[in-house]
Amino acid sequence: MKVELRDPNKIMKLSRLGSFHQSKLSFLRSFLNEFKEWEYKRDLFNLNENGFGEAVYSFKKNKRVYSLVCFANEIKDEERSDRVIATKWDAAFTLHDGVPAKKDIERLKNEVPKQEVGRLSYKELTLSRANKSVRIYNHVVESLSNGQQPDLNLLSKVGYLYRTTAVYGSGKFGLADRFRIKNREEINGPFRLEMMLVYLVRQFTFDQVNHVAYHKNPKTAVKLDDNICKNLGIGNSTGLGMAPFIVNHPTLLNNWILSREKALKKIREIKKAKSQDSDLFIDCVKKSLRNITSWNTDSEYQQKKISSLLKDVEKFLNFINKDFNFDIEYPFNKIYQWLEENTCEECIEYIVSIMMEPYDNIVNPLVKEMSSDEEKYFNIPTHRKVEELCNIIEAKYPNILDINFEEKENNKNFWFISKNKEEPRLADRFEEHGSEFEQPLAIARDIKKLYDKLLVSKNSLTIAEFLTLNSDLRHVVRRAFIVEKFPYSEIQDNTIGKDLMPIDMLRLKLSFFGALKFDPRSDKWLRICMFQGAPLPNELKSYDEQWVYKTNI
Amino acid sequence: MKSLSEIETTVKRASKAAGYSWGVSEETGKSIRLLELFSLPGIKHLNEYFNQKNKSKFENLNLISKNNSSSNNSYCPITLGVSFLDQINVLENSKKIEFKNVAYPIIFISFISRSSEIIGKKIYVEMDEKKILLNLNVNISSNFINQDFPKLANTIEVNLLENEDNFTDDEWNNLYKLSEETFVEESDSLKEGAAGAGLTDND
Repeated sequence: MKVELRDPNKIMKLSRLGSFHQSKLSFLRSFLNEFKEWEYKRDLFNLNENGFGEAVYSFKKNKRVYSLVCFANEIKDEERSDRVIATKWDAAFTLHDGVPAKKDIERLKNEVPKQEVGRLSYKELTLSRANKSVRIYNHVVESLSNGQQPDLNLLSKVGYLYRTTAVYGSGKFGLADRFRIKNREEINGPFRLEMMLVYLVRQFTFDQVNHVAYHKNPKTAVKLDDNICKNLGIGNSTGLGMAPFIVNHPTLLNNWILSREKALKKIREIKKAKSQDSDLFIDCVKKSLRNITSWNTDSEYQQKKISSLLKDVEKFLNFINKDFNFDIEYPFNKIYQWLEENTCEECIEYIVSIMMEPYDNIVNPLVKEMSSDEEKYFNIPTHRKVEELCNIIEAKYPNILDINFEEKENNKNFWFISKNKEEPRLADRFEEHGSEFEQPLAIARDIKKLYDKLLVSKNSLTIAEFLTLNSDLRHVVRRAFIVEKFPYSEIQDNTIGKDLMPIDMLRLKLSFFGALKFDPRSDKWLRICMFQGAPLPNELKSYDEQWVYKTNI
Repeated sequence: MKSLSEIETTVKRASKAAGYSWGVSEETGKSIRLLELFSLPGIKHLNEYFNQKNKSKFENLNLISKNNSSSNNSYCPITLGVSFLDQINVLENSKKIEFKNVAYPIIFISFISRSSEIIGKKIYVEMDEKKILLNLNVNISSNFINQDFPKLANTIEVNLLENEDNFTDDEWNNLYKLSEETFVEESDSLKEGAAGAGLTDND
């Protein structure tokens, strides 16, 4: 039986993309898989009794070394902010390519804590900073220094000791350009070095908290239990910065979604499921309920989503227990069809993610297809004709063409870059100034504009001729030719309408990162947790691949 | 040192601010990135051009022909470059294209380099007395690499080269003969067994 890939016009809607969950394809899981054989080491740990100073952690294999250089700083409580406008953080980090010399550490000490206003070099690969969850951190220090393990109830409400507020890579602030390292096999997967940074930062937070607790009371202090460490991750506060990324990297977005879609298609095409595979699948769904029930958020929007997710997952388990037999042919196809008919988008995508768990043979080759050589698709095929472009738009953007952008509510917002922080922002074009500097992120509106122009142009005109008169539409002409080859490269929704939920765009990206427990703090930023439940560095050589579903605090 | 990614992003935004569309600004970002990758003064010349653009007029050439001459104002290298890139498939039929009076020609050169990759042909450029070879966008070689690039080219002659060998038949044959010394003469038994198909490969 041949199953078709799902229709991009359905899957690439924001409400669906905003319902995606982590899976075996997620970058943090594929990072762990790739680096599990590497030698992990803490090379330097030079902190004072209050936990301030430098530390270096590394992963090494053969002659290749990646080193996380950490700088823990003393800041006042009032200086601590998760917003991108902050200028000081509890700790700042960079991933250095190789072993940093003393000279490098001195140089980095001056630059890394400054973050966006510092300058890095081609020897550095990623840059980040993080703030303590002060309430949790202080409680853990206090408990450990008194010889006790911390209160698990309190820890479970947050899930981490520190949260990062930005992770930069790919040439930002002087960091190495991607092309310098793109041929390294171990990083042939998106955001792998960003994942490495976050993973090593997690270990630093445990080492630091143990160190501070010990110095507070050397006689009674105990170390944070390994099992508790394992169940703590690294938090992350994420704002609108992520949203333009998925619009600005269409072929990369396509490759992420296409890998997911191919995995689902191949799983639905499995004629007979082995019992150990179906057992593993159901076990993961059941165990994952804990992730849903321990998902804390004050957001009413998210609470509703969690509640319908929980209700539908329970309904699904009930269906599996009472009405389903894995001995039938094409069992996962049947399950998928049932999900589409009986559950919400959040639940469909949740179960789709878990379907991948038993199938390393399907998923692992797809992990290697998730990068993109974007330069290859940049040039516009200007020899092609207006008629062809018209046909592409009609075939690939049918719902977009139905939107009436003359209506105020469909044209309400504009994306701009803040002068203060050089970060993307969203504002009401009818209430705020600055729409003349609108970023080219209103793809739906501009595609519609392009289509209207094409309709009144001669079909036989070449694109080169069309562009001489319509330079303002060049950016969307390029995109239309990209979507012709890459069906999942475009969000099939209006990114400037009144009803836009920007966090849907953030969630899409974060789900591919492997984030858990999305906690929207508004419609424009959210907190998440990464690596919660993941093996510690010294456990990497042999770990439970389904750790995501087995967190127990 | 600025990364190429920073260069591309900043050039794209600056070009938009200088009055170009987002699509053209994206092209300019790619082109200046390329010049800087090859250690050519892309940022320097773009900066000077944008400063000049505020004070002087430049001519936009949208449709390129065999001979292109701007009598009053010099050509804008960005519009010219984008037009060249867009029309390269048609221009490929002309062996030689001439431009007179081009401002900041190094910027234009970056677009010709990208065009060379699109058509899969080397492009040889004579810019006044200077010679430049654009090798399929893999590199740019010239006879004035250490000199300042001019701010204005009176004449630019663009020659689209056919894909031909750079060497004589004799040179090739001599080398090929030498390479044959690594081959093994096949005996009857090798002919039969070494390729796996026996003496006949007919189905």
